[in-house]
Amino acid sequence: MVSKRIIPCLDVKDGRVVKGTNFVNLRDAGSAVELSERYYREGADELVFLDITASLEKRKTLLQLVKEVAEVIRIPFTVGGGISQLNDIESLLKAGADKVSLNTSIVKNPDLIKQSSKQFGSQAIVAAIDVKFVNGGYEVFIKGGTEPTGIEAFEWCRKTVDLGAGEILLTSMDRDGTKEGYDLRFLNELVKLVSVPVIASGGAGTKEHFFEAFQDADVEACLAASLFHYQILNIMELKKYLKQNGVNVRL
Amino acid sequence: MIALIDYGAGNTASVANALKSINADYKITNSEKDICDSEKIIFPGVGEAGFTIKKLHLLNLVNLLRIMKKPLLGICVGMQVMCERSKEGNSAGLGILPGSTDMFDPSAVKVPHMGWNRVKLLKENVLFNGIKDEIYFYYANSFYVPLNDYAIASSSHGLEFSAAVKKDNYYGVQFHPEKSGEAGLKVLNNFIELA
Repeated sequence: MVSKRIIPCLDVKDGRVVKGTNFVNLRDAGSAVELSERYYREGADELVFLDITASLEKRKTLLQLVKEVAEVIRIPFTVGGGISQLNDIESLLKAGADKVSLNTSIVKNPDLIKQSSKQFGSQAIVAAIDVKFVNGGYEVFIKGGTEPTGIEAFEWCRKTVDLGAGEILLTSMDRDGTKEGYDLRFLNELVKLVSVPVIASGGAGTKEHFFEAFQDADVEACLAASLFHYQILNIMELKKYLKQNGVNVRL
Repeated sequence: MIALIDYGAGNTASVANALKSINADYKITNSEKDICDSEKIIFPGVGEAGFTIKKLHLLNLVNLLRIMKKPLLGICVGMQVMCERSKEGNSAGLGILPGSTDMFDPSAVKVPHMGWNRVKLLKENVLFNGIKDEIYFYYANSFYVPLNDYAIASSSHGLEFSAAVKKDNYYGVQFHPEKSGEAGLKVLNNFIELA
């Protein structure tokens, strides 16, 4: 049986972790590479990098980061943030990334999922989907959650899988940053709806929240950022807790 | 020298990084000559099996890989294409292993089979020297090689499938040793140290 995964997410800008300025144990607090290595040592199953660099230099710095990360960690990692071209996907995978996550670009051009999964395999293509509860239904938002699309969320999730996405990274905008727990209602329905693994994101505040997402919604993976960055939760301790409570995790 | 075959599919850099970290002498290549000059071959694959075979034909490597007697390690799709056929793209394989690859059943399990899964050792083999039974390796595959006479390890995802195979000088692992932490490095190192 495949084990459930714990995935720290790193928001990076110009190769530095954006939220990571308060670390106690790292000399260079903002280095994405150094933090990656720490998470690898602590037992993370996988990493996600979300690049929020806005400058024209973006592609170069992101590629450089991917190369450096790939040299130090021996677990898979996903890279996302403003990726819209097949060429970009190819260079990121060749630099050592295992998967790319696509968000705004696939809403604008759904065919990109088909083309990229055909060329690189479904296992390399993650559909990152940001949803928000609006007027009694869930709606897809793009551009970092700033722009509503009018697209119904479950329908879009299903479509990304039909087009070839190998995983769904589902972020609940209602829960993101609240520390009130993952959106179990949405996740539960989504896991039943799609055949690919679902990664829960947005809302984790305690170790119980991870347990609920695995136990009640049966997601394959849980993602969190600040909880790990600020060492509110230690990855190994979290995994031990989950194991004790009957969740199949890799220790 | 180890010839690390790069047919343009993507994960060569990750395997190269892993080889670097265990101080292996390797060369990234797709030339017949380099492969002939090498002592061992690592053939990593990702993406589609049909595409992989097509590329091997274009690079004129199919017959060479079939007949050469040096140790070869196929990773993921690099192991799958050793079969006679692949259901993926309905393509012919190298025909080193009997039978065809098959796809996991998406109505029964999550597909792709993605993440860390336990590897059960079936037969003693140097590839797993120093590695405990039932430890985790990282997988990312929708297709699998069914259990056959040459399987030396298995994993389970709705059904038992070949996690690793060995036939003559051919070795294959369905998981990604380059992404499986210390245990993965150990497998690569065991292959490199094969006499």
